Amino acid sequence: MEFKDYYKVMGVARDATEAQIKQAYRKLARKYHPDVSKEPDAEARFKEVGEAYEVLRSPEKRAAYDRLGSGPRPGEDFRPPPDWGSGFEFSGAGPGAGESSADYSEFFESLFGRGAGRGRRGFESGHGADHHARVLLDLDSTLTGGSRSFTLRVPEIDAEGRISARERVLNVQVPKGILPGQTIRLAGQGAAPHGEGKAGDLYIEVEFQPHPLYRIEGRDLYLDLPVTPWEAALGATVKSPTPSGPVELKVPAGAHAGSKLRLKGRGIPSSPPGDFYVVLQIALPAAADDKARAAYRALAEAVPFNPRAGLGV
Amino acid sequence: MSLADLSRMLAVEERHIVELVEEGVITAIEIETAEWRFGGAEVRRARIALRLERDLGINLPGVALALELLEELEQLRRARGSRS
Repeated sequence: MEFKDYYKVMGVARDATEAQIKQAYRKLARKYHPDVSKEPDAEARFKEVGEAYEVLRSPEKRAAYDRLGSGPRPGEDFRPPPDWGSGFEFSGAGPGAGESSADYSEFFESLFGRGAGRGRRGFESGHGADHHARVLLDLDSTLTGGSRSFTLRVPEIDAEGRISARERVLNVQVPKGILPGQTIRLAGQGAAPHGEGKAGDLYIEVEFQPHPLYRIEGRDLYLDLPVTPWEAALGATVKSPTPSGPVELKVPAGAHAGSKLRLKGRGIPSSPPGDFYVVLQIALPAAADDKARAAYRALAEAVPFNPRAGLGV
Repeated sequence: MSLADLSRMLAVEERHIVELVEEGVITAIEIETAEWRFGGAEVRRARIALRLERDLGINLPGVALALELLEELEQLRRARGSRS
């Protein structure tokens, strides 16, 4: 998608202060408002200016946006980096919440999610705003539940209007069975209220780090389990790790590579719990010595078998 | 259309439409039982007024002035255009 240079859109320098940005927005909004302007692309420019302001006026979004640098060369495709937004705490509605997202560009939504803009009604009540953050958890935290400690970076404006990132350490109780994409709500941990009202809440969206053994797909977990050719062909009982501890698995005779064994309810312990799938991989012992080579040759003679028969060769 | 219809169409409280009328931004026709009716042109003015108020943060006296100036501009442009 196309990278948007919000500083260029607003005609401000990259180190512009909040006051300068607000002033630039007011002038451009008056100039391009569709009811006021006679220019043919006024509506598009007005929306573009509004989107740029939405990012640059928010210290959190601006800090995160600045991390992208000045973007790729014109014509180059832009993708947000994979760990984008991880470890940053944003104010304003998070992904999935809020009003219609039709006003924001694909670029904005890929960075901040749908509904992350405030809409154009900019009044604020006395309550503190909700904050949102995304963190990477280890899989064990959802399998057993438990407390985890995170460091979040909260971008803040200092007295001169520049942005710095304050670090904030949180201890969070991770509920057992939480799924990727779900949020943990910490009441009162968002923004402080201005005047009366309550502090906002902090919503932490959960994603999982890759696990050395298990693949996560929704609430199900997958394990690639190597078995020997005779265990698969003849059937066997083998020991396999599972998220809840090792079990003895019955491999049915005639199993092949890719055969799936399902252990119901042994995936992520949400409600309902996901399943655990063992996907068989055939591991070949090396023909390392004469005995092994002889055994292989005997098998080749005893069982004429062409696995490539269906390929037309 | 009636006050209730207009407020529903523009998604604002009836009280706000009343404010627009009181400020002179739009005009209502009063029928016998003091019920208001709004013509098509007034509906259009109301819609623009609310957009200016919401998007540019202009208060109602400012909106009233802005609308009058915009309409005057429109007339001047039309007059200038027809002369050439």
